[in-house]
Amino acid sequence: MPSISMTVNGKSVSGEVEGRTLLVQFLREDLGLTGTHVGCDTSQCGACVVHVNGESVKACTMLAASADGAEVATIEGMANADGSLGVIQQAFQDHHGLQCGFCTPGMVMSAADLLQKNKNPSEGEIREWLEGNICRCTGYHNIVKAIQAAAAAGA
Amino acid sequence: MPKDQGIGASSKRREDVRFLTGKGQYTDDINRPGQTYAYFLRSNVAHGKINGIDTSAAASAPGVVGIFTAKDLEAAGGVPCGWQVTDKHGEPMKEPKHPILAEGKVCHVGDPIAAVIAESLNQARDAAELIDLDIEELPPVIDMRAAISGGPTVHDEAPDNICFDWDFIADNKEAVDQAIAGAHHVTTLTLTNNRLVANAVEPRCAIGEYDAARDEHTLYTTSQNPHVIRLLMGAFVLSIPEHKLRVVAPDVGGGFGSKIYHYAEEAFVTWAAKAVGRPIKWTADRSESFMSDAQGRDHQTKVELALDENGKFLALRCETLANMGAYLSTFAPCVPTYLHGTLLSGNYTTPVIHTNVKAVFTNTVPVDAYRGAGRPEATFQLERTIDKAAREMGIDPVELRKRNFIAPDAFPYQTPVAVQYDTGNYGATMDKAVAMADLDSYAARKTASEAKGKRRGLGIASYIEACGIAPSSLVGALGARAGLYEAATVRVNPTGNVAVMTGSHSHGQGHETTFAQVVAEMLGCDEANVDIVHGDTAKIPFGMGTYGSRSIAVGGSAIVRSVEKIIEKGKKIAAHLMEAAEADVTFADGQFSVAGTDKSVDWGTVALTAYVPHNFPHETLEPGLEETSFYDPANFTYPAGAYICEVEVDADTGKVDIASFVAADDFGNVINPMIVEGQVHGGLTQGLGQALLENCVYDENGQLVSASLMDYAMPRADDMPSFGVDHSCQTPCTHNPLGVKGCGEAGAIGSPPALVNAVVDALSDLGVTHIDMPVSPGRVWAAIQAAQN
Ligand code: FES
Ligand code: FES
Repeated sequence: MPSISMTVNGKSVSGEVEGRTLLVQFLREDLGLTGTHVGCDTSQCGACVVHVNGESVKACTMLAASADGAEVATIEGMANADGSLGVIQQAFQDHHGLQCGFCTPGMVMSAADLLQKNKNPSEGEIREWLEGNICRCTGYHNIVKAIQAAAAAGA
Repeated sequence: MPKDQGIGASSKRREDVRFLTGKGQYTDDINRPGQTYAYFLRSNVAHGKINGIDTSAAASAPGVVGIFTAKDLEAAGGVPCGWQVTDKHGEPMKEPKHPILAEGKVCHVGDPIAAVIAESLNQARDAAELIDLDIEELPPVIDMRAAISGGPTVHDEAPDNICFDWDFIADNKEAVDQAIAGAHHVTTLTLTNNRLVANAVEPRCAIGEYDAARDEHTLYTTSQNPHVIRLLMGAFVLSIPEHKLRVVAPDVGGGFGSKIYHYAEEAFVTWAAKAVGRPIKWTADRSESFMSDAQGRDHQTKVELALDENGKFLALRCETLANMGAYLSTFAPCVPTYLHGTLLSGNYTTPVIHTNVKAVFTNTVPVDAYRGAGRPEATFQLERTIDKAAREMGIDPVELRKRNFIAPDAFPYQTPVAVQYDTGNYGATMDKAVAMADLDSYAARKTASEAKGKRRGLGIASYIEACGIAPSSLVGALGARAGLYEAATVRVNPTGNVAVMTGSHSHGQGHETTFAQVVAEMLGCDEANVDIVHGDTAKIPFGMGTYGSRSIAVGGSAIVRSVEKIIEKGKKIAAHLMEAAEADVTFADGQFSVAGTDKSVDWGTVALTAYVPHNFPHETLEPGLEETSFYDPANFTYPAGAYICEVEVDADTGKVDIASFVAADDFGNVINPMIVEGQVHGGLTQGLGQALLENCVYDENGQLVSASLMDYAMPRADDMPSFGVDHSCQTPCTHNPLGVKGCGEAGAIGSPPALVNAVVDALSDLGVTHIDMPVSPGRVWAAIQAAQN
């Protein structure tokens, strides 16, 4: 089994994985980072979105071995250093942008990448960006509001 | 100024912090020491006879711990159905066995045949490929009309594939037939309520564990109602007594009905954990969810509405075929019957109503309740038919509805379909929706759409639903095999903080926040001092769980009852401490006081005294401060409202865009407006998803064509508008202590007819009178072509 190493939320980690192991499996099962979720098997739902080298990636669509040497960020790394919620996380709570919470890690990671690329997205741009993230609970209305609020707060 | 705590405050959700930091604990996040993994080998044909299953090669594959088929489970019962419908001849419904693993035949694509347990999921899956199946394909039963017209059968017990043939209310039939025969105008509509897949984003998962030293079983499962699973699985499937079986439903990632039911996989992992002596985890992948989660809707209906020359409704007749799929899921029989026929009066004064429902077995995945369950089907029939009648008679659709609304002073209102509405004001929500939709400037918006080459349409719908499910004696008389009360224990700890153990289950509804608001309001304390515990049969006395918009109305009422008992006991303790008569003690803002004096003791003193009872009325009172209540509602609750949708249709491509959507709901009193609005947004999106996008399709061989999220069109952010929602029209429920009605399903019930009415309105001048859901571009385009030719 190939051994791999990467940086996850600022910490160096390594492990031995089967060639077919997906990045999301490595994060959840080997590293115990269960905040990243699996909602589908066709790369459609976005529950698994993490950042790899600063870009949002569906972690179910990438082999763990392909992330060898990469910088990975997950939902567990999004809070402030003192443990309080980061700007995007806080906006999701303030605007009720989550219900069951299952899509939420992927939504937050996806939103973070959007706001990195576009500081002031319109409603239409946010909706289009989230096309790859399915939420069955919120109807997206409050997710859009949360992301707009996070943008206004300078996330 | 809005409150920042208690009833009516938009308190931020405390559960969000763990969900937003990746610290939620969903079932698949749990791993048990020594855990193994299960993989189910499922049928890839819709109907077939199992001639042989050879597991010998698989058994010796690497990592395999055990392989099981139906013959290993002979001692176990089938997966039970929780509701028995009696048909129009007085016969019980046909109830074929639903085995945990297929016995001798497979009845739908996805029917589990064998289970492989291995050290890793990959090893289990690899080994399953080595199982040699000998299945002789049988002709499949897929289309409902063909199913009941002779030919192959799904189960020998139902030779005509009919599970039950149900008349409601049989005594009304003659009056309805006569009214329709003699009416000034009859509007007829034949429609399909499309089959849906719930697709909670969290797939189902179950972990079974057995402690041999204590002879105790534990099941961790993605359930909306852990106690119901314990009861059904323990008593009917595996014969495990309750005190030896713990069911935990931790954080659950959405349910929408699909996680109510007891599923074969839950029973299997619980049973097999003992057989192999190790914990077993099974997690569905999404394709498996499509083939094994109970699906929703799938009704075909003919509706006839009789009207007089002024547009007054005289009678309604509905005939429905309801698809049950291959086996009866837990609540399947009550969906097309008592959750559907009883709602056919809608918001209207229709004097006589008759419906016939034939429930049909097919070689498809079982169908059961999905957000709204029966009520969306009833509402869609009524509201589409009323819209068609308005057009046929040249009456404005708002006006026609208003002419037939039950008047606000007519409550309580006895409908001709058994239920009695306690309160309502349907004109108020309609007026509110009309104002929100700014209909005065609709003509200008229509002109603007036309300037862009688009057609604009306006769709109106009212709805009513029966929630707060349900009075046990009533549902018992109608065939429920369970009571539908709710339980709650309120425990005041010695230093005055409070733990509430509720039988309701939150899988997105925010109970941890809302229920704490109710308790804090009653006790005059900070919400932070109240903790809500749910989802574990070891911690909670009992519970019937969360579905049918029942949590605040039934679960919340049980909590209120317990808090009332706590306050009563607190008064006794306070009276003793203040040497006052109990009758003179009042409780407000966390203080017990003696009326007309300056004597008072605070909450903390009373709580501490209950546990440190040095100065205590021992002769009349026991120490401690903990109360349990089982609240059984007196009636359903009846949320209602009016929805207005505007669409733009591109007649060249058939594409429909939702231009705006407003919802005016009457939920009675509202505990947390922010959460209520979120529930409405989610419900609307599920209803609009049904109307516009979603469709679960089987081909003629019974292959599930829409078996992945690439093929089944879920509503995504860019399909939906921002919504206008309002819940200021409030007629509080008269029979529960909070005056609440429930808000979870409303959006999914009222939105499909509003959208389809809007699309038909946009195309009516071309001659289009109806399009079945989903109103996809292909269907819209075809309807335009058909109307013009
Ligand atoms: S799990 Fe990765 S997109 Fe669904
Ligand atoms: S919050 Fe439940 S899926 Fe988005």
